[in-house]
Amino acid sequence: MATTTQPAAPAHGDAHAQHGPELRHHFETARQQKEAATLGMWVFLVTEVMLFGGIFMAYIVYRWAFPEIWAESAKHLNTPLGTVNTVVLLVSSLTVALAVNAAEEGRRRTLLTMLGITIVLGFAFLGIKAYEYSEKFAHCSGYANPLAWATGGAALGETECLVPGRAFVFPEEHGGAAGEAAAAPTEGAVQAEPIGNVIGAAVPTQKTPHQLFFFLYFVATALHAVHMLIGLTIVSTLTFLAWRGLFTPVYYTPVEIGGLYWHLIDIVWVFLFPLFYLVH
Amino acid sequence: MATTALPQNTYLHDTSPTVWDWIRSWLFTVDHKRIAILYLLSINFFFLLGGLAAGAVRLELVTPQGDLMSSDMYNRAFTLHGVIMVFFFLIPVIPSVLGNFLVPLMIGARDLAFPRVNLLSWYLYMGGGIFALSAAVLGGVDTGWTFYTPFSSSYSNSNVILTIAGAFIMGFSSIATGVNFIVTIHKMRAPGLTWFRLPLFIWAMYATSLVIVLATPVIGITLLLLMVERIWGVGIFDPALGGDPVLFQHLFWFYSHPAVYIMILPAFGVISELIATFSRKRVFGYEFIAFSSLAIAILGFLVWGHHMFVSSQSVYSSLVFSFISMLVAIPSAIKVFNWTATLYKGSISYRTPMLYALGFIGLFVIGGLTGIFLGIVAVDIHVTDTYFVVAHFHYVMVGGTIMAYLGGLHYWWPKITGRMYNEVWGSISAMVVFVGFNLTFFPQFVLGYLGMPRRYHVYPEEFQILNVLSTAGSSILALGFLLPIVYFMLSLVNGKVAGDNPWDSTGLEWTISSPPPTHNFHEIPIVTTEAYAYPPEAAERDAAAWRPGSPL
Repeated sequence: MATTTQPAAPAHGDAHAQHGPELRHHFETARQQKEAATLGMWVFLVTEVMLFGGIFMAYIVYRWAFPEIWAESAKHLNTPLGTVNTVVLLVSSLTVALAVNAAEEGRRRTLLTMLGITIVLGFAFLGIKAYEYSEKFAHCSGYANPLAWATGGAALGETECLVPGRAFVFPEEHGGAAGEAAAAPTEGAVQAEPIGNVIGAAVPTQKTPHQLFFFLYFVATALHAVHMLIGLTIVSTLTFLAWRGLFTPVYYTPVEIGGLYWHLIDIVWVFLFPLFYLVH
Repeated sequence: MATTALPQNTYLHDTSPTVWDWIRSWLFTVDHKRIAILYLLSINFFFLLGGLAAGAVRLELVTPQGDLMSSDMYNRAFTLHGVIMVFFFLIPVIPSVLGNFLVPLMIGARDLAFPRVNLLSWYLYMGGGIFALSAAVLGGVDTGWTFYTPFSSSYSNSNVILTIAGAFIMGFSSIATGVNFIVTIHKMRAPGLTWFRLPLFIWAMYATSLVIVLATPVIGITLLLLMVERIWGVGIFDPALGGDPVLFQHLFWFYSHPAVYIMILPAFGVISELIATFSRKRVFGYEFIAFSSLAIAILGFLVWGHHMFVSSQSVYSSLVFSFISMLVAIPSAIKVFNWTATLYKGSISYRTPMLYALGFIGLFVIGGLTGIFLGIVAVDIHVTDTYFVVAHFHYVMVGGTIMAYLGGLHYWWPKITGRMYNEVWGSISAMVVFVGFNLTFFPQFVLGYLGMPRRYHVYPEEFQILNVLSTAGSSILALGFLLPIVYFMLSLVNGKVAGDNPWDSTGLEWTISSPPPTHNFHEIPIVTTEAYAYPPEAAERDAAAWRPGSPL
């Protein structure tokens, strides 16, 4: 996707006598082109905010409905790793800002270094995130941690599966009972108690709303991770272009708007982190 | 005139040595005018497809029994009609065809700000269309175009995922167009073209783009959540987990109500252009029409709950939504009053585009006023899910958007192709559409008020006469839609050469050759006058000079 302005085809070289090769023909001036690209990115970021807004809306609705369950569930996320990830991402935003600054001042080495650090930090974030995910999946398979899962090591003490789906078991809710009660309808043939006033309580045939929390957690962080991948693609492209020496103090719009995108990903995480990890 | 040849070196001019190059020159074009042509062909294809599904629905309803298709088949037919018409015709049609062609021309720019994003939007549209089509080919969908949970997420056995994937992808096509228009209108205007000198079509496109950009991502995430829920059998709309199916309705209508304004706002823009040109007057209350577009765009975000009066929404929310819904009537009425005031003492010429525009005003008034009926909670509860609702939104969507689209297409056809269509057949088609439309949908108001529910293929016998009338009307309407296809095609072969400005109209798009050159303007124009700068005496002079057969 052309989120960055790319260099004009070299075949038009002769027509570029009056201006740099980066000015596309439907623009009158370089300034107009830069303003258009920047505004375009901002408008696109608005659509991104609205996209995540749908998930935040669902989050608000269910947290309002099940505040205790939200607090309980949040304790089962790996807060230390989440905190480390937050730091990683905030630092990457700093390096992107420094990269934009370096591009503006025409310091190509600094630009390349900063973009490189950003890529490393981005992959670090995704790695830590992947570890957190695999922790949850390892628990579902009955292992204590991803390493044990891979090597067939230590088993998990109590039954727990926080990946939404048929196998979902929230430990405290079932008091160590074997698996999801819903899977065994023979246990309680008739449910006499009213369901209306026990929202969040353990009704044997009814799954608990804990899954809603983890569903939103997985969907929101996965969508965020997809955006990280897109962001990494953009930053890698920028690095390549910077290495080719495309950017000058006169023309560095792609670095600037690529940076804007990276900051948006960062800001989304700044909201996701407290909403999921810190609500207990 | 007739001997004049079409100009050379236009955007349609073909320099490709081989067929393959010719295909490439179209499929990889970044010229907004060529992309508009791609959209024109593909959107009209989807329109015909949606129309076929509508024909099947109307045919089934000729008799009270279900004799043409099963109830399941009927569900799939009206869903196909709804999905295709809403997502693949009404939402993109005016922005992507007329908007794409005209926005740069009207503001004196050489192209949209992001030409390649523009091309991408067409590919996304086609990609989404392929998903929706394959869903139809593989057996169709039976959820209705609204995809309500939990039916769509847990119970339906039809191709829900393919269809919503199509709608999801199509959403990004809309977003690409919206972003492009906003940036283009902000940054690419010709020198001197201030905001209050812009044609009202541009204001309408701007308001539409704002709605597209703010609303479409929400349907994207909503459909994504629905897809995840359906694929993995777990999700936030599932009541078994404590989830709320009504949340889906809220998120869905948060997009889909503003989407109604994505469909109708561009139509308002087209009508403003047509009324001004064919009255030979400046649009009365220019600023009011401009700002009413923005007001509708803003209010449109605050009224989605009026689709949910019977969905267990709190009665207090319903009252608030009802009140705000009625506020929408104010900017809409401002537009209608200003158009009619423009007609007053204008030199009105009843050319085909004007016939469509006048038809639009009448039909939109009916569609809009019945919207107020439906905005009142008590009335709405009485007619919820009846044909009254169906008739109401068809008056706005078909009587509004399609009339404006056809009017606009006739008006700008000479600019797009360089040739005039057959005026006699044009007038006939406008009349046929108007008559056929009213015969199709007016009986549905009565049916709905009498209590005939929508989405059923069998009905009590006392409703048959009205249903037969409606089906008869739909066949006339179909004829009215097919006629333009024929004479537009013929005009490409033997239509009169139009010249740069066949309507003697103002506006930058009429200052360049028809069809326009690839880069639109050899010199970027400098604008010194307001839009619709017809001299004060233009209307009177025109009226005095009128004689049978005069060009206007």
